Amino acid sequence: MTDVAERVKSIASDVFGVPAHKIFPDSSPQTLERWDSTQHLTFVLALEETFQLQLSPEETERIRTVGDAVRLVEEKIQVTGE
Amino acid sequence: MQLREEIDHRIAGGDAWGASRCLTELWQQESSAAVASFLVSRYEKLRGARPFTPHRLAILRSFTLEPVVPVLRAAAFVAGVDLRVHLGGFNAYPQEILDRASPLYSFAPDTVILAVQTRDLAPELWSDYADLAADAVPPAIARSVASLQSCVRRFRRHSVANLVVHTLEQPPMASLGVLDAQTDGGQSAAIRQINDGLRGICHELRGVYLLDYGLLVARHGYAHWHDESKWLTARMPISASHITHMAQEWLRFLLPLAGHTAKAVIVDLDNTLWGGVIGEDGMQGIRLGQEYPGAAYQALQRALLDLHRKGILLAVCSKNNLEDAMEVLGKHPDMLLKPEHFAAMRINWSDKIQNLREIGVELNIGIDAIAFLDDNPVERAQVRAHLPEVTVIELSGDPAKYADAVRDSPVFERLMLSEEDRQRVSFYASARARAKAEQSFASKEDFFRSLEQEAEVDTVGPATLARVAQLTQKTNQFNLTTRRYSEQQISELANRPGWRVVCLRMRDRYGDHGLVGVAIVQFAAGSSEIDTFLLSCRVIGRSVETALLSHLVETAHARGAQFMRGWFFPTRKNAPAKDFYAHHGFQQESSNSEGSLWTLDLHKAEIACPEWIKVRVLAGAKF
Repeated sequence: MTDVAERVKSIASDVFGVPAHKIFPDSSPQTLERWDSTQHLTFVLALEETFQLQLSPEETERIRTVGDAVRLVEEKIQVTGE
Repeated sequence: MQLREEIDHRIAGGDAWGASRCLTELWQQESSAAVASFLVSRYEKLRGARPFTPHRLAILRSFTLEPVVPVLRAAAFVAGVDLRVHLGGFNAYPQEILDRASPLYSFAPDTVILAVQTRDLAPELWSDYADLAADAVPPAIARSVASLQSCVRRFRRHSVANLVVHTLEQPPMASLGVLDAQTDGGQSAAIRQINDGLRGICHELRGVYLLDYGLLVARHGYAHWHDESKWLTARMPISASHITHMAQEWLRFLLPLAGHTAKAVIVDLDNTLWGGVIGEDGMQGIRLGQEYPGAAYQALQRALLDLHRKGILLAVCSKNNLEDAMEVLGKHPDMLLKPEHFAAMRINWSDKIQNLREIGVELNIGIDAIAFLDDNPVERAQVRAHLPEVTVIELSGDPAKYADAVRDSPVFERLMLSEEDRQRVSFYASARARAKAEQSFASKEDFFRSLEQEAEVDTVGPATLARVAQLTQKTNQFNLTTRRYSEQQISELANRPGWRVVCLRMRDRYGDHGLVGVAIVQFAAGSSEIDTFLLSCRVIGRSVETALLSHLVETAHARGAQFMRGWFFPTRKNAPAKDFYAHHGFQQESSNSEGSLWTLDLHKAEIACPEWIKVRVLAGAKF
């Protein structure tokens, strides 16, 4: 697993209150009880804070699973040339 | 990740303070939204295993603040406060405040934060300002002020909780651009007027405080603070990287309101108050002055002086030769802090932990009221490990940031200053001079005579009410009945027929002690009874108690009483007052499981005021 994937998993674990080994790329609001719209916002803000980036409303909406978040962050980091 | 495992391991093993220490460390490494959720979940498991001060906070708001809550709770836990948070409905604050049956009041908050944005309260003064006719501006201002003021007033009527109100922020750009500043009224001026109205009501009512939101945003940079796209999509105006700053600012109010503040800061010397090591570099070699790098240390000293002015005690704890250190403190021309600014000093080669404990005892404050400032991470870690109640100020390696580390710490915030707070620092300096003088007298009486003590006896009034209540709440040692009273209760007692709430101020040749004694007495023709009799620990052992008792007995006699009676209720801490009645000729009349009742026959005995205390009785402002 990539470094980004590890860190996103750790954030998801903290924000949704689930041990890291129970977070998978297809974890979503359907599988994680605490993933509601409020926690979704907290998750997005935590991603922005950790990876020092800003996600547009469209990008925020594209995050439907933990895997989506990993791909999005990886994409953004490449674009900004980090 | 390792630290998290260690935390869970320590929690499982029942090591609550060890787990707390690791949680603090994790928070210092990364105070982010994600870590906050982790911290809160772990701290919740420590409830009961170590003390936390519970505090109930309601947040009323006009915008999304949900993501700030876990960060705030984590930061509060780190400071020892267990915050239960009730978040009001989105933009529902007026109904919640007006309706006594709303969830706000049934939550029974200790503190309420009212966070309203300009664009929600007064959209016509924000984005729609250009559409507003000139004569429509004053009514728009008046309407906003009236709406906020009525919210605050209603709240005060319905609740005794503290209220923290955000001021309204200025728009980043006025509708008219630079022209706005050239006009008489203008958009900025309009918002300033609303804030002035808000300030007025906050000063008028007890327990209402202003949070200068515009200043907070400016401190972090307007362009960085705001996230317009989150605002448009989620009504969350604060960007991800500033959520912690919002939480920290709230903490500056919540810690003093929860009583979690430092009363003293104990500082190291070498490489903390000045650059270099005095024992090696000498007076000429240490770095201290108005130019870099010495300027950084002066900036820190200035920050400490500001604390001193707020009544926070400064003390030195340094591994050094006493003469070397005192030469700098006393003679270095660029030292802003002088020996007289310090209430206690431990300059020696002994263990810092032991020194810190001794300073706590000398200053008569608990270990949990001490903050510790030291550039050496090893010393800091040691204090954290051995004295976990101490607030350790974290310093980065860069001296230029030391002053900010002190100013950023919420434990030094105060929401009000009493006269005693302002004078506190000089009490300790005069106490040291007094102790020195005491050693040079042959007898206690000679020493007492040399003090030139003057007491002033008065009845409680509006100006002294807060201090009198504070003394009943805080005094443990010389307190005969340890009855705790609020300001409301004191004022009620003072108004009962026959009752008097007497207060005593003390002054001597070394300084003014302020208001240090309280007695509450029910005078009656047959027998008068002492309900409360207490002295601040500052003046114990100087026969002040005899002077106060003498005044009470005289008054009782004048009002035709034959007996003066009073209870003594023993507690874990009031041994110094145990023999008070017996020493003054009272007879024990009866006793029960709670204490003993003592009586003095005023026809047979009187209490003489010690000749070395001059007593002045004031008429006293009645309520």
